Amino acid sequence: MKLLEAQNIEKKFINHLALDNVSISIPENSIYGLLGPNGAGKTTLIRIINRITAPDKGEVYLNGRPLQPEDVNIIGYLPEERGLYKKMKVGEQALYLAQLKGISRRNALKKLKYWFEKFEIQAWWDRKVEELSKGMAQKVQFITTILHEPQLLIFDEPFSGFDPINANMLKQEILELKKKGATIIFSTHNMGSVEELCDHITLINQSRNILEGKIDDIRKKYKSNIYEISFNGNTEKLESSLNKHYEVTERKQVNGHNAIKVKLLHETNENELLSLIIPAVEIISFNEVIPGMNDIFIKVVNEHKN
Amino acid sequence: MNKIKLIISREYLTRVKKKSFIVMTILGPVLFAAMMIVPTWLASIKDTDVKKIAVVDSSGIFINKLTDTEYIKFEYPGNISVKKLRKTFHESDYYAVLQIFPSITYEPSAVHLYSKKQPGFSIKSHIASSMEKELKNMKLRSHGIDEEVLRSIKSDVSIRTIQWTEDGEEKESSTEIAMIVGYASGFLIYFFIFLFGAQVMRGVIEEKTSRIVEIIVSSVRPFQLMMGKIIGIALVGLTQFLLWIALTFIIITGVKTVFFPELGTKNAQEVVVQDLFEQQNIAAAETIQPQDIDKFTSILNSAKSINFGVIFGSFIFYFLGGYLLYGSLFAAIGSAVDNETDTQQFMLPITIPLILGIFVMMNAVQTPDSPIAFWFSMIPLTSPIVMMVRIPFGVPDWQIALSMGLLVITFIGSTWLAGKIYRTGILMYGKKVNYRELWKWIRYKF
Repeated sequence: MKLLEAQNIEKKFINHLALDNVSISIPENSIYGLLGPNGAGKTTLIRIINRITAPDKGEVYLNGRPLQPEDVNIIGYLPEERGLYKKMKVGEQALYLAQLKGISRRNALKKLKYWFEKFEIQAWWDRKVEELSKGMAQKVQFITTILHEPQLLIFDEPFSGFDPINANMLKQEILELKKKGATIIFSTHNMGSVEELCDHITLINQSRNILEGKIDDIRKKYKSNIYEISFNGNTEKLESSLNKHYEVTERKQVNGHNAIKVKLLHETNENELLSLIIPAVEIISFNEVIPGMNDIFIKVVNEHKN
Repeated sequence: MNKIKLIISREYLTRVKKKSFIVMTILGPVLFAAMMIVPTWLASIKDTDVKKIAVVDSSGIFINKLTDTEYIKFEYPGNISVKKLRKTFHESDYYAVLQIFPSITYEPSAVHLYSKKQPGFSIKSHIASSMEKELKNMKLRSHGIDEEVLRSIKSDVSIRTIQWTEDGEEKESSTEIAMIVGYASGFLIYFFIFLFGAQVMRGVIEEKTSRIVEIIVSSVRPFQLMMGKIIGIALVGLTQFLLWIALTFIIITGVKTVFFPELGTKNAQEVVVQDLFEQQNIAAAETIQPQDIDKFTSILNSAKSINFGVIFGSFIFYFLGGYLLYGSLFAAIGSAVDNETDTQQFMLPITIPLILGIFVMMNAVQTPDSPIAFWFSMIPLTSPIVMMVRIPFGVPDWQIALSMGLLVITFIGSTWLAGKIYRTGILMYGKKVNYRELWKWIRYKF
């Protein structure tokens, strides 16, 4: 079941094309990574989903029907450029933003109380926003984004400005939201968190969608048949045991042990490799080298440059 | 619709709760009163040093003839030369030496005043006027007209103006009051448009620089946010205005009952008008002459001829219309810039018509039906100011209707246009914006 589908979105500004025939489809109850270099068009796509701006061509479907004006109430959006009214009190402001999302004042108060207690920030209720640190304000913004229990959450670089402890807490909250049934669009440059959190990704580059799919499938697709072996023994002895089906790509020391990376060329497999090297050295570990999202990102973007 | 109400109430409440609003609300009427009283009070303050002026009159006409005042005393040291007086001037207690040459009868500039310091204007004008009076009397006498005749010739003309209304009544009117009311309301509208328009602009810039705007427009349409802000601030303006009126009224009745208990039975309108009149004439009021009392009653009668209901109603209309027109433009400017210092280049097209309006207003007060006053009270950019000046003098209904209609059409248009600039501008950061860029934004499809 797809929660959100964007079909053939095109958005033109006066002298540049921000989105060129971009389609994405976001499965329900997944975390969907929206990746891409700066200026690729991610924010424009997010704004279209939020109905902040409208596409020139194409259509967005939510729950199988075209996006309606009231749908903003079931979307929670934490923009990259975010802030609060500096002169307004924290509690008052959180209430205001919650009511703008269509929940009643009484209901908002009850929910805010729960979240403020959970994040241990009840003491800030009557403080002005300008007295808060950036991290504190981020917490308040996070709460106001999720307070109306939206079906679809959009986080644009949510971790920027958080210290590692709070970033981790936020990560846990995002996973918790997913568990409760929310669908999350997650736009970031931080590939580590993409690997950790996302189920699906799409990579947008120069206004086009150049890679889409399940993160595991993508990583498998880009794997290069390289294995890392760390061992006790002589490196040359190990290398001499290999035949023409293998290529040594790297030699190094890991934690005082020797290690090499071997690429399987053709007509061979892991078992054959192991049977060749077991007589030669004492193996400590044997791992397939799976490319990180970071490597894939750089590789794919560079490929598309040419 | 519920969301726009939320925005309006936030904009309204955060501003009304501010200390600066409360201070302005209380200080406003006090300042207004002070603005009227202080200049007259300052003008009425006299130099309390007695100044002795030695008169050396070689013409012989003015000896013992110049009028002393409380603080200016003329002395006639007799046959003494100015040269001699000069030598002893610094030891003597003379403030100045007045030298009159014999040629004074046919050459008015044959008078010198020597002093250590530059003499004040009041001294100079007092000397000049008493000399003129004396010269005039002398010349009249030389033509054989005696002082009795002279006194009977002098007469002050004061005109009571009466309007014949269409339903055949006579209404006593007052040009002075129409002028005062017109001026006051015209200026107030000018002042309110700038004050509250700038608040709209600052509010938009605040939302933009604090980066909250993207969070809000993910819940409401940008146009709703803009209108919510404009309407919220309009309500702040109206609240302030009504509080000012109420407070001024309370202050005036308070002052009246404390200082002028005999006026206590007069109705409020008269009290207000009379107060205006008295503040203007506070210095003169000390020495009320029969003529002045006549003027008083005339003005009091004519105060009734001014329809304060109509003026109040049209004030509210033109204030709101003018404010909505300019407020949306201010919002557009706020959205186009990143901080207040960048607003300068766009402020000019807003400032020019407003200032033009003020200039035309000054002209319209003299000639409320001149073509220039007419046209500028039709053009929506200036009509809120100029029409308010004309209304106390009486304006045909069709003109008011046309002017109001044009204003409504224009503010709808300007709001629409501003909304287009606004929705693009609020999400645009770090871009140097010029008019060509704004034009592009207007043409963006959303």
